[in-house]
Amino acid sequence: MDRLSVEAKVENLYQITDYVEETLESLGVPMEHITSICIAIEEVYVNIASYAYMDETGKVDLEIDTKDSFIKIVFFDEGTPYNPLEKEDPDLDLPPEERQQGGLGIFMVKNIMDDVQYEYKDNKNVLTLIKHF
Amino acid sequence: MTINEKIEGDKIVLVVDGKVDKLTTQQLQDAILLALQKMSQLEIDFGGVNYISSSGLRALLMGQKTAQSKQGRMYLTNVTAPVKEIFDMTKFSNFLEIQ
Repeated sequence: MDRLSVEAKVENLYQITDYVEETLESLGVPMEHITSICIAIEEVYVNIASYAYMDETGKVDLEIDTKDSFIKIVFFDEGTPYNPLEKEDPDLDLPPEERQQGGLGIFMVKNIMDDVQYEYKDNKNVLTLIKHF
Repeated sequence: MTINEKIEGDKIVLVVDGKVDKLTTQQLQDAILLALQKMSQLEIDFGGVNYISSSGLRALLMGQKTAQSKQGRMYLTNVTAPVKEIFDMTKFSNFLEIQ
């Protein structure tokens, strides 16, 4: 299992996406999957970096675990408890400017990944993303 | 991400290359708005873009609305398969002009 810890700031985005890209590449995951997984990772990370710690700062930990047929990526943060999966999906048939603000990123995450799970455990938000191959 | 601007007749073309993500979107948005100040017909050549996140989608939308408000036009060309997939997933393909 690989693990990375960064300060939850938007400008640290590339530390996260570079790490995911390199790890998945070294595991032989096809590039088209890596690109879409990195988009999902960006959406989750930017949400945490923007909202989890409000005006303060804190850590985001990322774990990547792989088995033969799937990849599991887990985010941990100690910010305000928040389950992004409770956010209602945007109404995509409305013109984008008439849609409710927010929710687009997490909608993309749910579509790109095969399974997304949230739990609050040991004072941490734990968001698990799974992609099968 | 790099953006090259060129003028072709009565339209302005932005050739975008690289990732359109949270950290580069502002650069794209600024380039779009600046281009639309110069001319009302804007082509965005997206052939060099394989990656777009939700922030990039919002910048494209803002560009399209700005063009419409000036009775102009903004459209995307050479959209790659992974970006088309994101446009379709979010149904932005119903609202953006893609050639």
